[in-house]
Amino acid sequence: MSDSSDWPQEIFSVLLAQGIDLVAHVPDAGHTALIHLAEEHDKVDVITLTTEEEGVGLLCGAWAGGRKGVLLIQSSGVGNCINALALPVICRAPFLTIVSMRGEWGEFIPWQVPMGLATPKVLGAMDVEVFRVSEEQRVAETVSAAGSFAFNTRRSAAVLLSQQMLGAKQFKEG
Amino acid sequence: MLERRKLVNHLLRQRPDNALTVSSLGSPTWDIASTGDNPLHFSFIGTMGQAAPFALGLAMAQPNKRVMVFAGDGELLMSLGILATIANQAPGNLTIVSLDNESYGETGGQPTATAGPTDLEAVAKGCGFSQTCTAASEKDLDAACDQVWTAKGPVFINLKIVAGPSPLVFPYSFDGAAAMNRFRDAVNNPGKS
Repeated sequence: MSDSSDWPQEIFSVLLAQGIDLVAHVPDAGHTALIHLAEEHDKVDVITLTTEEEGVGLLCGAWAGGRKGVLLIQSSGVGNCINALALPVICRAPFLTIVSMRGEWGEFIPWQVPMGLATPKVLGAMDVEVFRVSEEQRVAETVSAAGSFAFNTRRSAAVLLSQQMLGAKQFKEG
Repeated sequence: MLERRKLVNHLLRQRPDNALTVSSLGSPTWDIASTGDNPLHFSFIGTMGQAAPFALGLAMAQPNKRVMVFAGDGELLMSLGILATIANQAPGNLTIVSLDNESYGETGGQPTATAGPTDLEAVAKGCGFSQTCTAASEKDLDAACDQVWTAKGPVFINLKIVAGPSPLVFPYSFDGAAAMNRFRDAVNNPGKS
């Protein structure tokens, strides 16, 4: 991973600029810095979920009550959300998620591959528009585009943060 | 065992004017619809397991209003983890009313886990809810009812109700967008008629 860009800070700034003050997540290494920024901000509520699909209903309820939020998850968690994703679609509510990818570029663990490869297909099948980003310098504009799409057109949007950008998780025995 | 429609009517009679209510798919939605239409109520007609997460988000967005979610035992069992999530957020304005008939009422009355050893009040307590109770008779209910709209949340009330069908009563709209737009408008623009 390069140190040349502080993309988690850029994402956080974009989220704040869009009026997002709820961050729901099931943690992933790729989201560590962003979650930390949210926790440190006194106007942002951070909700740690037990499973990703809780975040779909939670953000829909928050929007009904006048707040905006984002769901931070790992690609394996996308599978957990499938049926819940019907809720924002049928209610024409906005839904924004940022997904850190596993199971693709440089993956070491074969168990991550099936859901990683299925992630964009599953999202597409549930009417979630996919915004993929694999270069640090394009992160901010991609999150901004996805957030605008979700909240302005009341549709579901997912930003996929590529493993090419995050760096594949390294495993070493011993 | 309590009769579900009588019970829901009883609870909603004491509803504060600005309270927000949510019902899970199936019988809880038909039950609330049987008490009449209210723009400050949102009915789930699908996405099983999502009513309590939705209510948590709503409660966090509207901290000065009581949010009460009516959910069946099957609904709650599908997403037990949300009880831990809610207890950790500890929204003071959220009440969960579990309508526990120990069966999947919409699909032929198959027994749920609560027909066996599973106790939803104990689950809620174990997750960290400070206020919990179970009511299985009118007498228990009066004590429980004192808490539902006012006690500092999150509150979990498990109501043991009689299984078996009630007449179908449909909510405001099956069109989710229409229902959501009306609800959201009523919540956020209360002055507008």
